[in-house]
Formats: sequence, C-alpha cells, structure tokens
Amino acid sequence: MPPPAQSGVFDESAFVTRAKLGDTAAFAELVSQYERKIFRLAKHITQNDEDAEDVLQESFLKAYEHLGDFQGNSKFYTWIVRIAVNEALMKLRKRKTDRTVSLDESIDLGEEPVVREIAVWEDNPEQRYSQTELREILDNAIDSLRPAFRTVFVLRDVEDLSTEETAAVLNLSIPAVKSRLLRARLQLREKLTRFFRRKGDDVFAYL
Amino acid sequence: MLTCKDFLNELNEYLDETGDPEIRRRVQEHIEECPNCWVVFDTTKKTLHIFKGLEPQEIPRDVHERLMAALQRKCAAHPQRV
Repeated sequence: MPPPAQSGVFDESAFVTRAKLGDTAAFAELVSQYERKIFRLAKHITQNDEDAEDVLQESFLKAYEHLGDFQGNSKFYTWIVRIAVNEALMKLRKRKTDRTVSLDESIDLGEEPVVREIAVWEDNPEQRYSQTELREILDNAIDSLRPAFRTVFVLRDVEDLSTEETAAVLNLSIPAVKSRLLRARLQLREKLTRFFRRKGDDVFAYL
Repeated sequence: MLTCKDFLNELNEYLDETGDPEIRRRVQEHIEECPNCWVVFDTTKKTLHIFKGLEPQEIPRDVHERLMAALQRKCAAHPQRV
C-alpha cells in the first residue's frame, strides 16, 4: 500500500498511473483537479474566452492522447501546463501577427528594468476591494503586459512553477526568465500602485 | 554598499528568498538606508502576495461540460492501450 498523501495535497501520480492503465475516471479526476488553473492560464495568455476554452479542451485531449509518452520525469501538472502554453501561444500567433507575440530572446535586449512610481501602499491593500473588483484589477494588470512578460509572470508567480520549470516550458534560458520576471513584477507594481497606494499620501486625493 | 541599480537587479532573488546570503544581507542593508528602494521592495512584495493569494475561479459550468463531453468522445474512440 502506498502511504496516504498528506491531507489537502493532491497525489497526482497515483491518478496518472491508473489513467495510463485505461482508468478514465482517474483521468477525469486529473482534469477536475487542474481545469480551473489551465483555463485561467489559457485566458491570461490568449486574452479571449473562446480561445481559452479551445486551449483547455485541446490540452486535455492531447494529454490523454499522449499519456503513454508521459514518463513521469516531471509532474503531470507541469506537463499539462507545457501543453497548454504551447496551444495558447499558437492561438495567439494565429490571431496576431505583430512581433510583440514573439517570445524569443531578442526581446530582452536594450531594456533596463525601470521604476517610476514611488508611493507607499497600505498594509493588506487588497482588502479595500471586493473579490470581484480585485480579480478585475489584477486581470487587467496582467493583460496589459506584453505576452513575453505576461507568460513568464503567470507561470512563475500565478501558477507557481520554478524558474527552471518556466524556462523549460517556454524554451527560454534561465537568465531570460529571470530578467522578464523582474520586469513583469516591476511593471505590475507600477500598474497596481494607483489602486493600492496609501490614501493620505495622494496629493490629488482632495481635488 | 549596493547602488539602487544593484538593488533592483537583486530584487527577484531577495523576494524569492533565494540566492547568496551575503548579497541578501547587502540588499537588506540597502533597503534599510534607502527609503525609495524600500518602497519598491515593499510594494513588489505586496504585489506578489496579492497575486499568489488569488484562487482560480470556478470555470463556467457549460465550459466544464463541453470539456467532459469532448473527453468522453475521445476516450470512447481511443481507449488507452494497456
């Protein structure tokens, strides 16, 4: 008997093993575990509900189809994220032809990380907003980043992949992931400052 | 003493609590002395905290149902080879 998984932690490997043996209920369990995250990821990259749904379906269908090739060297979750990112980027490239979609390394040249806004934020500033408002603020902030930065940020800081996993998923070098992550984080803090800054510090508050 | 530019380049690892402990100590020293960099550090830390705290939303019921239906068709057509 395998030891029981820690409470609250989803032990995906048991489900993967069963799914590989043809247990469709086990595969359905993997789907229910990760569909929300994959849909969110797809929405962040494609910025379009319809494309995100296509990505969601195609990713899980592909994963099912290629389950036999999944060796278990990485987590199933990282594997499905990788499939989904590739599907989502393909969608994005089909829709847009401009070079901002390019994720290749040349994008990192000639740009220094910058800081413009220096304003103190409240403690727990997110509590100023309802969950719905907060989601909208955060989604808009992510959506305003360029695809190359947005994708790295979502994988590292929203989906919690490691730098190495993010680099592998996006076929980027580790320094490229680090440099994009820094710029994405700094740009997001700039964008969020107007929502989260301490009220009394705003010189325009009384206008 | 780190410059503000050095601080910015070390910020990621400092926030992720990774990297060389000696550099981390110097970053700490810098933000204690430099109010602007302290604000950048604090607000970026809060940015990450806010994003990480957000649970993914339930996916719309119809999206879930269409996904399950597509998978069922696939499973019926191509059972896993055992």
